[in-house]
Amino acid sequence: MIEAMEIKVPMDDDLVMRLKAGDRVFINGDVYTARDAAHKRIIQAAESKEPLPFDLKGQVIYYVGPAPAPPGWVVGAAGPTTSGRMDPYTPTLLKLGLKGMIGKGKRSQEVKKAMKKYKAVYFGAVGGAAALLAKSIVRVEKVAYEDLGPEAIMKFTVRNFPAIVVIDAYGNDLYETEPPKYRKA
Amino acid sequence: MRVREIHVGMIEDAVKALFLKANTSIGQDIYNALLDMRDKYEKSPLGKDVLDQILKNHDIARDKGIAMCQDTGMAVVFLDIGQDVHLVGGLVEDAVNRGVKAAYDEGYFRKSVVDDPLFERKNTQTNTPAVIHTKIVKGDRVRILAMPKGFGSENMSALKMLTPAAGVEGVKDFVVKTVMDAGPNPCPPTVIGVGIGGTMEQAALIAKRATARPVGSSNEDPRYAQLEREILERINSLGIGPGGLGGTTSCLALHIEYVPGHLAGIPVAVNVCCHACRHAEVTI
Ligand code: SF4
Repeated sequence: MIEAMEIKVPMDDDLVMRLKAGDRVFINGDVYTARDAAHKRIIQAAESKEPLPFDLKGQVIYYVGPAPAPPGWVVGAAGPTTSGRMDPYTPTLLKLGLKGMIGKGKRSQEVKKAMKKYKAVYFGAVGGAAALLAKSIVRVEKVAYEDLGPEAIMKFTVRNFPAIVVIDAYGNDLYETEPPKYRKA
Repeated sequence: MRVREIHVGMIEDAVKALFLKANTSIGQDIYNALLDMRDKYEKSPLGKDVLDQILKNHDIARDKGIAMCQDTGMAVVFLDIGQDVHLVGGLVEDAVNRGVKAAYDEGYFRKSVVDDPLFERKNTQTNTPAVIHTKIVKGDRVRILAMPKGFGSENMSALKMLTPAAGVEGVKDFVVKTVMDAGPNPCPPTVIGVGIGGTMEQAALIAKRATARPVGSSNEDPRYAQLEREILERINSLGIGPGGLGGTTSCLALHIEYVPGHLAGIPVAVNVCCHACRHAEVTI
């Protein structure tokens, strides 16, 4: 197994720049959940200069629409959803100060460019490892857009949430660099 | 020939039990294949790590009775109904939907179905309607196959109408390209169902059902079995790896089903399923 480093969120530029694609991390602290519908509303709020549901500066967004919490759990199964659907909204959020994203799957060139420009990292969590990931979520707080159901914005307090730095602020992208190493012609 | 009466309440209960089971405990065939990948075949350290998390996740889900993935999918139900069965007690479709709703309530599963695909997209709050495929078969029993289908992988599925000239090579290339384009999105290692022949919708239907075949099984026709092996090998040579982060194990199994077709075409459907390839069945 690869050594994992414990990191604390929210993040500053210093931490962002220390993270390199391929690093295994355990995330500790607060992250915010948001999927397509919530992203759309955040952008609308930003455009019409209305208050945002939370201050994005230094924060990490987890792309997840969890299952309801069974008795004894603070949240139900909570694995990452496909990040690409958030790509059209992401550069604006990065501009507003977002420092990290947790999801699964590739990101667009525009997102990667914006990540370099505004200094941010993209963490991959293992898609489908939703019960395992739910165990590292210790507290859940409703933040905004409750009418969106599983797509509402929530604050998750996570303890040793396992993730991998997939795209770093230098533009390195594991989805681009790793598969060719194992490809047979 | 005597007709056997089956009350739809039995189908409702069976559907409920099957979805509760399928969403929380992965089949032993898939579990064992994942173990083998981690311990024997995967070369990438990161890939091994991903497989390890997937296996741990399956253990937690099964032991705690919690959904293995938050996307508990659309509820796909195959009903093979014996022609000597008389279903009583109401509409079978309603019974299936009641069973699905009950399972998704009781299991604390996420409800992901919207009433209208394009405009309102309002959550029905019940995970219904289920997607029901019925078939009339011999006998006096009802076989129920429940398959919760997540959309990270469903969205990566594809269908193409090939010309006869495209032939075997055309099929291979299309399947491999579909999986390559999907990359990390369908949560590899995947299970791939391929349907060849018939009409457009028939190819798609047999492809879906092919994903529920036991991992390790082969098509009965040796030519198709050979094709399964060849395409699987090509996919595992792509380097996609567990989670798409590079590696030597990208696909757990590739199952091909075929039906007779038309002179002028070869429909090929590729249904992509994630490592959380959930299905459970019962015959009543
Ligand atoms: S593709 Fe499968 S494992 Fe991945 S998030 Fe969707 S349902 Fe879960």
